[in-house]
Amino acid sequence: MVKAVTSFGRSGLSDWLVQRVSGVIMLAFALVMVCKLGFGGELTYESWKAFFDGICMQVLTTATLLSLVAHGWIGMWAISTDYFTERLMGTKGTVIRLAFQAVCAVVLFTYLIWGLRILWS
Amino acid sequence: MLQVSLYRYNPETDQEPYMQDVEVDTGGKDLMVLDVLELLKAQDPSLGYRRSCREGVCGSDGMNINGKNGLACIMPLSEALKGGNKLILRPLPGLPVIRDLVVDMSLFYKQYEKVKPYLINDTPAPAIERLQSPEDRAKLDGLYECILCACCSTSCPSFWWNPDRFIGPAGLLQAYRFLADSRDTAQRERLANLDDPFSVFRCHGIQNCVNVCPKGLNPTRAIGHIRNMLLTNAT
Ligand code: SF4
Repeated sequence: MVKAVTSFGRSGLSDWLVQRVSGVIMLAFALVMVCKLGFGGELTYESWKAFFDGICMQVLTTATLLSLVAHGWIGMWAISTDYFTERLMGTKGTVIRLAFQAVCAVVLFTYLIWGLRILWS
Repeated sequence: MLQVSLYRYNPETDQEPYMQDVEVDTGGKDLMVLDVLELLKAQDPSLGYRRSCREGVCGSDGMNINGKNGLACIMPLSEALKGGNKLILRPLPGLPVIRDLVVDMSLFYKQYEKVKPYLINDTPAPAIERLQSPEDRAKLDGLYECILCACCSTSCPSFWWNPDRFIGPAGLLQAYRFLADSRDTAQRERLANLDDPFSVFRCHGIQNCVNVCPKGLNPTRAIGHIRNMLLTNAT
């Protein structure tokens, strides 16, 4: 058993499952958006706002935002632990990896709060 | 004359590795790559490589042949060259080179050791042997044949980046070989030891392992089975 405290759910299986499920949710959101933009009629501010005010769209968009954060973290974490390691870079590998992870965490957290604010205010 | 480009490195005399161009007379025959190496060794006895059985059973002469990992002893020149006329031989990628085509396999064996590649059974031993039905025995086909040549693990990018944490295709194929064995009673502990973000889940399904295995085995499928077992156990 390899220890990993910065991974999303600490367990490889849960990260793997979350990544799949979040991928499906984002795909569903993308399909809805493609349909809306392609076949949803004329786009005005009012129709766009009404569309996102519907409870279904609010639930789906919130789920997508959460999925984006989880999916993004798991993916970026995997990249950071592949390429920014002590094996490849010496001791500065750990510093670069933690810095990279911190930047990713800040960006993803900002996306989440920003998105929720737009959606729910 | 066959053109050969050889990876050479002797840590006692060379600052760094280099590619050496040599020519060898194969007599126009479609030799195995190992035969070419033997001819080269006769020309230059300082050339280092591993070999033993020369028939694809011992797994000693895994190397990178024209960009693809394989066993030199069962790789015909015609297949290695694919119409070209230059044979390019390098050591297995991703492992430290000891000399020329000889790599240090310690990390590879360490990962193998981690999966406890032996039967664990805590029930009293029967008088003669532990029996297994033909159906249960058949589940081990495609798993037990691995010769630990390391061609698969050293062709896997995930293993290149994390050879100390990702068990790699060869080790995971063996992990599944014991998970699938009806006589083993340590399934739960075996699975618990694999459920971290590195040991199994660094596999991203690239399938280089399947592409290179000289025994035609499919480590990716075994990894999928392990994942399903973990999923069944934990949901
Ligand atoms: S699975 Fe195939 S390539 Fe990998 S070590 Fe075993 S025999 Fe070699």
